Amino acid sequence: MTLADDTLAPPAEKPAALRLLAMLRRDKVACLAAAFLVLVILCALFGPMLLGEAATKQNLRGRNAPPFSLEQGWLMVLGADQLGRSLLARIVVAAQNTMLVAAGAVFFSALIGTVLGLFAGYGGKKTGEAIARLADVIMSFPSLLLAVIVLYVFNPSVANLIVVLAITRIPVYLRTTRAEILEVRERMFVQAAKVMGASHRRIMFRHILPMVLPTLLTIATLDFAFVMLAESSLSFLGIGIQPPEITWGLMVAQGRPYLNNAWWLAFWPGLAIILTTMSLNLLSSWMRIALDPVQRWRLEGGAKNNG
Amino acid sequence: MLRFARKRMLASLVSLVGLVILVFFLVRLTGDPTDLYLPIDATDAMREQFRANNGLNDPLIVQFGRYVWDLLHLDFGDSIRRARPAIDVVLEAFVWTLQLAVITMSLVAVLAVVLGSLCAFWAGRLFDRAVTFVSLIGASAPDFWIAIVAIVLFSIHLGWLPTSGTGGWQFWILPVSVLFIRPFGLIVQVVRGSMIGALSSPYVKTARAKGVKNRPIIFVHTLRNAMLPVVTVMGDQAAALLNGAVVVETIFGFPGVGKLMIDAILQRDFNVILAAIMVTAFAIFLMNLLIDLAYLLLDPRIRA
Repeated sequence: MTLADDTLAPPAEKPAALRLLAMLRRDKVACLAAAFLVLVILCALFGPMLLGEAATKQNLRGRNAPPFSLEQGWLMVLGADQLGRSLLARIVVAAQNTMLVAAGAVFFSALIGTVLGLFAGYGGKKTGEAIARLADVIMSFPSLLLAVIVLYVFNPSVANLIVVLAITRIPVYLRTTRAEILEVRERMFVQAAKVMGASHRRIMFRHILPMVLPTLLTIATLDFAFVMLAESSLSFLGIGIQPPEITWGLMVAQGRPYLNNAWWLAFWPGLAIILTTMSLNLLSSWMRIALDPVQRWRLEGGAKNNG
Repeated sequence: MLRFARKRMLASLVSLVGLVILVFFLVRLTGDPTDLYLPIDATDAMREQFRANNGLNDPLIVQFGRYVWDLLHLDFGDSIRRARPAIDVVLEAFVWTLQLAVITMSLVAVLAVVLGSLCAFWAGRLFDRAVTFVSLIGASAPDFWIAIVAIVLFSIHLGWLPTSGTGGWQFWILPVSVLFIRPFGLIVQVVRGSMIGALSSPYVKTARAKGVKNRPIIFVHTLRNAMLPVVTVMGDQAAALLNGAVVVETIFGFPGVGKLMIDAILQRDFNVILAAIMVTAFAIFLMNLLIDLAYLLLDPRIRA
């Protein structure tokens, strides 16, 4: 910091978070995606508190009320389900379980996968091979079917769903971390750290991990979408979240018998899933560039000439 | 190459054995099939008889030993539900899924490679943006939702296609299209990315300088180099396709192995579950072997 007044020093850097935000504001599509995700997260956090009652209140006169009519109040703008409950309120409330399962599964699979990957990449050849084999075993079988069996044995609760989905997604992080580390650990700065007497743990967590983290963050965003789709598939098949709990996938399943005369029951929750996963995909591809120091200039100001 | 294949085979065999052991005990935790197959007022003697007939009386470890012994004689046991050899039931269903998968994946391969290459060639133009947008929706959409929206639209409102079941070619259109969407969305993007990389490489500049036309540059010079990552992703999609098949087959009442497995799990038809797992795992293994061979064809450097 004492070098700040040195004329040769680069202009004072803004904090990384602020710089990212400025970059985000410049990219319209990514900005829209991020805004939508913030909205979904707010729904997940506060939805059940604000609209929990409206989501369970039955109004038998408004059964399967069609959307786009404000006759029954603004809550019915997306229509009502087979018991006359507001679809809008139910979608907002269901965001909580949907997000909880996906966030939980992504968090645990990323954590375990990364740590295993660190050991597989940095540890000896034998350990590395053994851990990589483990990933192959999990990857070599359709995860949905394994989840079906496991959830049929143990009760399909939110916690069990998180565990099953987390296990099936561990290989993604494990493989990426291992592959990246096998490359990074040969670089000069790792050698330098070793020569200076840094412990293995310090090298792993302070020197190597920060190099891999951006990639992992990008993958985790993408994987969030995948896990959401997997959870909704399971709930749709009837082995995920059970009523009276709701998720978007379950809402689609519940609307299915009414497809003939009330398409909106299954349509809106499905749309919510698509918009969320699409935003995650868009944000992930933006992050891939934004977090990569080599490509970052594409998004930073004054780079218009190379658009 | 032979050594590589042998190592690969050994690893797959080990993982298959692990999977079978895990599933063998897991499914037996789901409950007693007797409760499902006998009427509620069945006497204890009838229940006892049923268990004895299906070999469910012995301790688990004995049951497992017998299963493995039979397996070594290529006997996969009988389906409780259908009173037929489990392997016959599974293979019949598997043929349906295989057809579905082969048709879908061939369409995906051809369309994704052609459209993805064109996207890379016209990167940033309208065509590229349109295809990228469509593929993004495809990669993000839940397949079960697409399926029921398609049923509402094409079967109920327009009445063009049957809602479910099997029969003539009309019955294949909806399942194949729904199954097609996600792998297509993913693979188009991979082809595009890897083609953009290949098109900016020096040998393309050389070819251009020599006056080679655009079409041969895309389809002769670069495509082969850009195919390696594409083939890898396609392999991963083979297993993912089975995930999709479970959902699609359930919705369209398609008698494939995905629906069979869901039914078998719900009906506690243990032998069918195990046989289905082994058959699918074997199929995925073969698929991976084919992909390794494809690598060899595409990249002579690996042959060494």
